[in-house]
Order: sequence, then structure tokens, then C-alpha cells
Amino acid sequence: MSSGSSGGRLVVVGASLAGLRAVEAARRDGFTGEIVLVGDEPHLPYDRPPLSKAFLEDDSAPEPTYQPPSHFADLDVDLRLGTRATALDPVARLVATAGGEIRYDQLVIATGSTARTLPGLEGLPGVHVLRTLDDARGLRQALDLAGRVVVVGAGFIGSEVASSARKRGLSVTVLEAAQVPLERALGPEMGGAVSALHAANGTDLRCGVGVQGIHQGSTGLRVEATDGSSFDADLVVVGVGADPATEWLEGSGLELKDGIVCDATLSAGFPGVYAAGDVARWFNRDFDVEMRLEHWTSAAEQGAIAARNAVTGACGEYRTVPYFWSDWYDRRIQFVGVPTADHVTVVTGDPAEGRFVALFRSGSRLAGALCVGYPAHTMKYRRLIGAAASWEDGLAFADSRR
Amino acid sequence: MKLSEDQLMKIELDRTKCTGIGMCESVAPDFFEIDDDGELVVLRDAVDGAEVADVEAAVLACPTAALRLRP
Ligand SMILES: Cc1cc2nc3c(=O)[nH]c(=O)nc-3n(C[C@H](O)[C@H](O)[C@H](O)COP(=O)(O)OP(=O)(O)OC[C@H]3O[C@@H](n4cnc5c(N)ncnc54)[C@H](O)[C@@H]3O)c2cc1C
Ligand code: SF4
Repeated sequence: MSSGSSGGRLVVVGASLAGLRAVEAARRDGFTGEIVLVGDEPHLPYDRPPLSKAFLEDDSAPEPTYQPPSHFADLDVDLRLGTRATALDPVARLVATAGGEIRYDQLVIATGSTARTLPGLEGLPGVHVLRTLDDARGLRQALDLAGRVVVVGAGFIGSEVASSARKRGLSVTVLEAAQVPLERALGPEMGGAVSALHAANGTDLRCGVGVQGIHQGSTGLRVEATDGSSFDADLVVVGVGADPATEWLEGSGLELKDGIVCDATLSAGFPGVYAAGDVARWFNRDFDVEMRLEHWTSAAEQGAIAARNAVTGACGEYRTVPYFWSDWYDRRIQFVGVPTADHVTVVTGDPAEGRFVALFRSGSRLAGALCVGYPAHTMKYRRLIGAAASWEDGLAFADSRR
Repeated sequence: MKLSEDQLMKIELDRTKCTGIGMCESVAPDFFEIDDDGELVVLRDAVDGAEVADVEAAVLACPTAALRLRP
């Protein structure tokens, strides 16, 4: 328990994972002041990963709300849902919201990210994105009535949607504009190896194929592709990535560069102002680089650390070996570390069988590990990478597991 | 709260909450391990005073609050 905890008013903007963890950590650290949690969605904080997995697969899957209203009462949090923050003045320490100004002593910004759309297709009936609970409810209802689904974008969320639609027995085509999917997340070789899971599970993945336009026809939607082909669909899901939700901070003086630029302690450069989660670009000392992650685990951890630093005045650094998982067709895909590598080798299993481990090398270091269907290995590599293990250490560990 | 070295604490796992994400293993590998089916195995559930800090960190790291440490 920290001794430096003070009173005052902590305002947390963004009532999702990072925001929830922030208010919980502030109280755990003995903060006795006022806490205001502002979120623009009408819902209590809920878990996003199930929205593209269990929630879509099964109409009876419950809504993944984290905590009941009593949790916030117990924490003595003034919860302002359905309230959008519209501007920040970090000098006067004011957050403007649709419901009036809120003065803060400490601020944690956790506004996450927003799904990208395709220009000109916003709001077209039958065309969905997936980021929020409302998106997921709408999509689940639409899947009930659909036979043919086209997914635009073979990233993690698009691929999970494809997998959930296949589990429902629907016919699924995925269009990916890049030649290789997931190149930024996994590198070219492994992006291809993981994406092979689609064909193995009856999903038609077309790479190097973008969307030209989508039209309402007599029998549903018609998706015109850039290579001249076209696809009929009852519904289209656009999964082309997400952007950090920083528009409301334009002109605030905070440095914005694909996210809010923070130092190693998640401080955003103004007194009392911290950022956490998908919206934060911070300096990760474990790799000595600036990064912005869109991963569940780091959002949760950053929320807690940002709040602790804000209310206790501690200068705890957030350093981490990035970790994310994704579930496709009953396979758990896990990645630890960073995918920027000089060399990638499969050390266990076989990509052709859809079950393997690949290690990523950067200089003499083990930089990353991709585990597809090897959940028992993942966290052991994470520890090795966190301990700055050499490439040889990584190979030796792989040998020991064979 | 200060624990004497010989006081044992016990790890409790709520399987209905655990999703096998494995953060606990990454923090306290002597106590937690994900098996080949992606299920969490608690290797040892009795924790002595010297090890409490590690296990507490794992409990806090659990994304789904599936773990508890009880006297
Ligand atoms: C469908 C889906 C599946 C996913 N699956 C995985 C997975 O399997 N593994 C994994 O590691 N990660 C996964 N993720 C990513 C993970 O969910 C995110 O990294 C995490 O939700 C980030 O949490 P956050 O609190 O930073 O932001 P968010 O969860 O994006 O929350 C931000 C909140 O702030 C609100 N907000 C935005 N602007 C304002 C404003 N101006 N005023 C007030 N409120 C505002 C938003 O409405 C939102 O409620 C998935 C994400 C999605 C969408
Ligand atoms: S961290 Fe929690 S959810 Fe994950 S494996 Fe451990 S107990 Fe289960």
C-alpha cells in the first residue's frame, strides 16, 4: 500500500477495460478522494474479446459485462455513462463533457480506439463493423438471418468473425487488400502460416483483393472487388483496423501521434495527466521503443499503473513483453514479444497441420514467439523474452519441449 | 498485514472464470502452469510467507479475477 495517496478528484475518461482497472487500482492504493468515471457508451464496462468469439457464435451467450452496478457503488465511483468528453484543458485542469465541465486534480485518459470504416460505406444497411456491444448485438442478429457473409480485412477481428460465422455453418469469404494478412502483427511468413487456418476450415480467403464498392441488389448485397470479381452476401463485416480515439484532444496541447504520446510512466506531459490502453503510445523500456498496443493485457495493466502514478505521485514505469491471443476455429493463437525480426523459425509442430511454435530473432536476442495451438509454451517464452534471453536460449527451450 | 514466515496461505481458483490466458503463469511459474489443452493447472496451492508476494502479483495480474489467496 502506498503512503503518498492523497485526496482530490480523479477523473477517468473512457469506461472500458483500462478505465475500470484505473478506478479499481486507485481505490486499492488507498485513494480516498472523489472518482469520476466518464464513458460515452450507455453500458457498464464490458469485455470486448468475447464480442467476436463466444458472443457471436451463440445467441444465448450472455453480454460480457465485467461488474454489476454495486461494484461501482462499493468503490464509491461517480459513474457518468452516456457522457462524451469533448475537450480537455490541461492547464486549467478541466474536461468538457456533453453534461458540463469537470475539474480534475488527476486525469487518466482511457478512450481506447474506434473501428475504421471504408469511405463511402458508413451506414450502408447490411454493412457492419465490430467494436462495441451495440455493434455485436446488431451483428449477431444479422448473422441469424444470413447465409453468405463477406468479411473485409483478414486481421484478428475479421478472422475471428469469419471463424464464428463458419461455426454457425454460414458460407464465408474474406477479402484482404494486402498480399499477406497480418504482416504488421506477425511478419510476412507467419502472417501467411496463420492465415492458412482459414482454408483449412472452409473459409474462402482472397488476398490482394480490395473492395471497390458495395451495392444493394435484388438478392442482397453485391461486393465489387478491385480485381473485377464480385461476391454476393447477406451481410458484410468490415474489419480494417482501429484508430486511437483522440479527436476530442485535438488542440488540447497534448502531443498526439497515432495515440497520446507518453513517457515510460504513462505521463502525457501535463501535470496529473496520464493515458492508458489502446489510446496510449508510450516508451516501453523492455524493448527501448515507443509502442502503442491494442491488446487486452496491456490495457488492463496500463490502466492500473496510470491511476497509481496519478494518485500516489509514484513514477512507476510500465514495461512489458507484449502479449495477445486470438481464437480462430478452436485454435488459440498467441503471440508474445515483438514481431520485428531478422529471422523467423518454426521450432515445434508444423504450420501445415495448423499447430506450431515459431520464434522471432532480433540480433542475438529472442524477440518474439508465436504459439498456435501450443498454449502450454506461450508464457514460458514470455518469461524468457522478459529476461532478455538470447536466441540460443530460445532454441534450447524449444528443444527441451520436444 | 505482516505474515510470519511459517503462516500458510492457500490459492483458490474459480474455474468458471478462468479463461486460460496464463498471466498467472507468466508472473508465478512455480505455482501456475497452462497445460497442453489450455487449462490452468495449479501446481501447488499452499503458499508460505516468503512466496506470498509473487502469488499476490499473479492474483492481481489475472485478467478475469479467477484467483484468490486466502489464509
Ligand atoms: C471484437 C474485439 C475482440 C478483441 N479480442 C482481443 C483478443 O482476443 N485479445 C486481445 O489481446 N485483445 C483483443 N481485443 C482488444 C482489446 O479488447 C482492447 O485492447 C481493449 O478493449 C482496450 O481497452 P481500452 O480500455 O484501452 O479501450 P476500449 O475498450 O476501446 O474502451 C474505450 C472506451 O472509451 C470510450 N470513449 C471513447 N472516446 C470517448 C470520449 N471522448 N468520451 C467518453 N468516452 C469515450 C469508448 O466508447 C469506450 O467505451 C479485442 C477488441 C475487440 C473490439
Ligand atoms: S491469469 Fe487468471 S484467467 Fe488466466 S490462466 Fe491464470 S487464473 Fe486463469
